[in-house]
Amino acid sequence: MQETASTPRIVEIRQNILKKNDLLAARLRKRFHQAGVYVVNLVSSPGAGKTTFLTEVLSRLAERYKVAALVGDLATDHDAERLRQSGARVKQITTGTVCHLEAEMIERSLEDWDLSDIDFLFIENVGNLVCPAGYDLGENRRVVLFSVTEGEDKPMKYPTIVNSADESIITKMDMAELAGFQRDRFYDSIYKVRPGISVYEVSARTGEGIGEWISRLEAEKRAFQQRAGTL
Amino acid sequence: MHELSIAYSLAEIAVEAAEEAGLKQVKALYVKLGVLSGVAKEALLFSFDVAIQGTPLEGARLIVEEVPVKVFCPDCQEARILPAPFPMRCPVCGGKTGQVLEGREMELSALEGGDSNAGDGIYPADCGNSSEYPEEK
Repeated sequence: MQETASTPRIVEIRQNILKKNDLLAARLRKRFHQAGVYVVNLVSSPGAGKTTFLTEVLSRLAERYKVAALVGDLATDHDAERLRQSGARVKQITTGTVCHLEAEMIERSLEDWDLSDIDFLFIENVGNLVCPAGYDLGENRRVVLFSVTEGEDKPMKYPTIVNSADESIITKMDMAELAGFQRDRFYDSIYKVRPGISVYEVSARTGEGIGEWISRLEAEKRAFQQRAGTL
Repeated sequence: MHELSIAYSLAEIAVEAAEEAGLKQVKALYVKLGVLSGVAKEALLFSFDVAIQGTPLEGARLIVEEVPVKVFCPDCQEARILPAPFPMRCPVCGGKTGQVLEGREMELSALEGGDSNAGDGIYPADCGNSSEYPEEK
């Protein structure tokens, strides 16, 4: 036998390790586009106030739109229960030990939902600032939330997720003073890892900033649909 | 820690890619990890050994190349490599830039294998029994 037969051979592959998730997400995105669903993926650490923020947003949007939410947690359906108070259609995704949502979980959860009957779909990711970063869920916008109690330098500690996000929200602004939140330090920190990212300041308790955020979301949905030709 | 999920995905696409390339044995996997990929190299190396157990990749090595952040500086009109993931500023002129060109990779770049196994080359190609695969030397 020739020596060459056993000589190691290098084969170039160049494939994204999360190729399967990316393909599924692309398929989902196409379905969302065709059905005219605007999808927002909310990521934050546990306790940043995703559910409270989302409950407020859903309640307000539900007056004029058909809204739905998928909420990921390792265990319990408590968040889905809370979100249902808004009147929106809500489904809990219990991931067990998985620390993030994947496109396949979203696809499975949507099986019995008619997408043409949804205007806005919110995906509340598992509370985690690391793992959800690499997983595309077919969303239009990825929003990373930080609360005023988390420390102004948090964006710098999690550059990957901030870099994968389209915008950022600071929650619990009503507690800013009490928490000694230093606005400038926060902005300095987030701009260090992501210059120019849009930042919105909200409080679900007082309603501060929520209306503006929603108006902008509505404008974006319209613009997106005009581009996609589905308006 | 999502590295275990990533290791399983890696093993899955590597097995498929090896089949497509006609590699009967995989000796090593070459992976590029951007510093902004959110994947910890050590955790991936650990998870990889778990994920390949009982697969045709068993015994293969994982070779990770870490890719630094490369941004495009609009002031210099040049691509620049950052010494650290942040600040996102051009290391030459100090201008701000958010335009990331490289550093988010999470890629299986290459497989190292052979068309037949090293040594006497008598292992059947598709025996499907991992115990038939030779030990790493």
